[in-house]
Amino acid sequence: MGSDRVSSVPKRDRSRREGRAMVSAVTLAALVTVVILALVVGYILVKGVPVITPAFLLESPEKMGREGGIFPSIVGTLALTAFSMLIAAPLGIGTAVFLAEYTREGRFSRIVRFGTESLAGIPSIIFGLFGFLFFVIQLGMGWSILSGSLTLAAMMLPTIVRTSEEAIRAVPDPYREISFALGGSRWQTVTSLILPNAAPGILTGVILAAGRAIGETAAVIFTAGSSLRLPRSLMDPVRTLPVHFFLLAREGISMKNAYGTAAVLLIAVLLVNSGAYFMMNRLSARRSRS
Amino acid sequence: MSAGSGEHAAGAERAVSPEGAASPEHKVVAQGLSCYYGDLCALKSLDLKVRKDSLLTIMGPTASGKTTFLRTLNRLNDRLASARHSGGLLLDGIDVYDPRVDVAELRRRAGMVFALPTPLPLSIYENAAYGPRKKGIRLKARLDEIVERALTDAAMFDEVKDRLASPAQKLSGGQQQRLALARVLAVDPEVILLDEPTSGLDPLSTLRIEELLRRLQETYTIILVTHNPVQAARVQGEVAFFYLGELVETGAASEMFTRPKDKRTEDYITGKFG
Repeated sequence: MGSDRVSSVPKRDRSRREGRAMVSAVTLAALVTVVILALVVGYILVKGVPVITPAFLLESPEKMGREGGIFPSIVGTLALTAFSMLIAAPLGIGTAVFLAEYTREGRFSRIVRFGTESLAGIPSIIFGLFGFLFFVIQLGMGWSILSGSLTLAAMMLPTIVRTSEEAIRAVPDPYREISFALGGSRWQTVTSLILPNAAPGILTGVILAAGRAIGETAAVIFTAGSSLRLPRSLMDPVRTLPVHFFLLAREGISMKNAYGTAAVLLIAVLLVNSGAYFMMNRLSARRSRS
Repeated sequence: MSAGSGEHAAGAERAVSPEGAASPEHKVVAQGLSCYYGDLCALKSLDLKVRKDSLLTIMGPTASGKTTFLRTLNRLNDRLASARHSGGLLLDGIDVYDPRVDVAELRRRAGMVFALPTPLPLSIYENAAYGPRKKGIRLKARLDEIVERALTDAAMFDEVKDRLASPAQKLSGGQQQRLALARVLAVDPEVILLDEPTSGLDPLSTLRIEELLRRLQETYTIILVTHNPVQAARVQGEVAFFYLGELVETGAASEMFTRPKDKRTEDYITGKFG
């Protein structure tokens, strides 16, 4: 006993030292992450925010964007994001309901799941190329909000399917049993119990996907074009915010306006994400209260 | 309780008899029913008859096939890919697995109360109205009427009538389980299946449920599953003792608990195992 204790003291000391070292290491990792984030966001905001004036937000660009504002790009970005969500959300949620509620694990569900996972791994420039060849050329939609939205929707699908399926599977199974035992059909169970209970998770997925769509550049430049005019219909081309500042910076048109545009985009994404977070908290708080 | 036991005992002989043909007064009849999960046989060649408007307690230790019997009867086991069965299981003389049977209708006719009191994440009112709504009843006045009657029959209307709109999850465990019963009563069942409904409840709440069941058996056919011989003795009616997927014996509670025919029954009710 006595010798045991003696020999265990330095050992415990060493493990305590190792423990402290590990804590410092992971704390450092977390700090570096925060600093990187702060640097990127801070740099863009410091350079960009002074450029943002009411006129910058509400006026059309002049001289290729060297002067004037970014109003058409804001409208174009909003339109593209909204339409791609409108297309991708029903498809993605439907697929998730199918995978989680309507099929047993089998060859078909594996194919569907493998398909969505693969879709998630495809580089966005490939989506852009596909959208260009298929929607813009083959189907004759031209560079337009429609072509861009369809392409973005294809990119958003995997995120929506995966998060929605997880949220649906997290709904407690006894709810299903009770519903079926009371004569509820599968569809009634999905609409009256499963989807309402999975809503916060599904919403998070949709908004995460939307956040990605807002910032997407490569797929959009091929399919929605880079027109500086204000779009009048779904068939009109647009230049979204990321495409706009990409072109401003790459063509060396105006670094100042590029930073301004980037800051607007960044603020928009932050607003969307915190809005989603807020909504999700409220929804799940209401559910847990009831 | 003891006053009523004589009359239950008198009816018991007719109630569950493993031999003889099915008659109209038999609500549920199992004929050589075997149930499997994959290769595992959970219920072996069961012959059992349950008389209309009576209470049958299926008693037995864990993994004796009690729950399997209930879930086969209301076809909840259709959800499990591995579940299959052979033999016949009749409700009012018609096999519940007959292709013409409407499963939703069958489940309304044979309502089920589960072991854990689980309210749906809805209000008290909406819990009781869930089944009727799924049946297509939309009229508010009609729903109000159904909800009130179901909650009254489950002996809880007075307790909750002033807070029907409040979340059902706030109710106590005993109340939640009576709400589960009200939920079933609201779809106008003929048979009520209860799968160890008091296993998560305190003794007083348990007594209230048992009292309720004795009252409901006058108008419903009740099949109560329990692992607790004391509960089977308390609710009276008829008892079927399941052990390892086999029906060991059936009879009136008063009979079985005083003169068990099988050694295994005797050992179980005296607490030698289980």
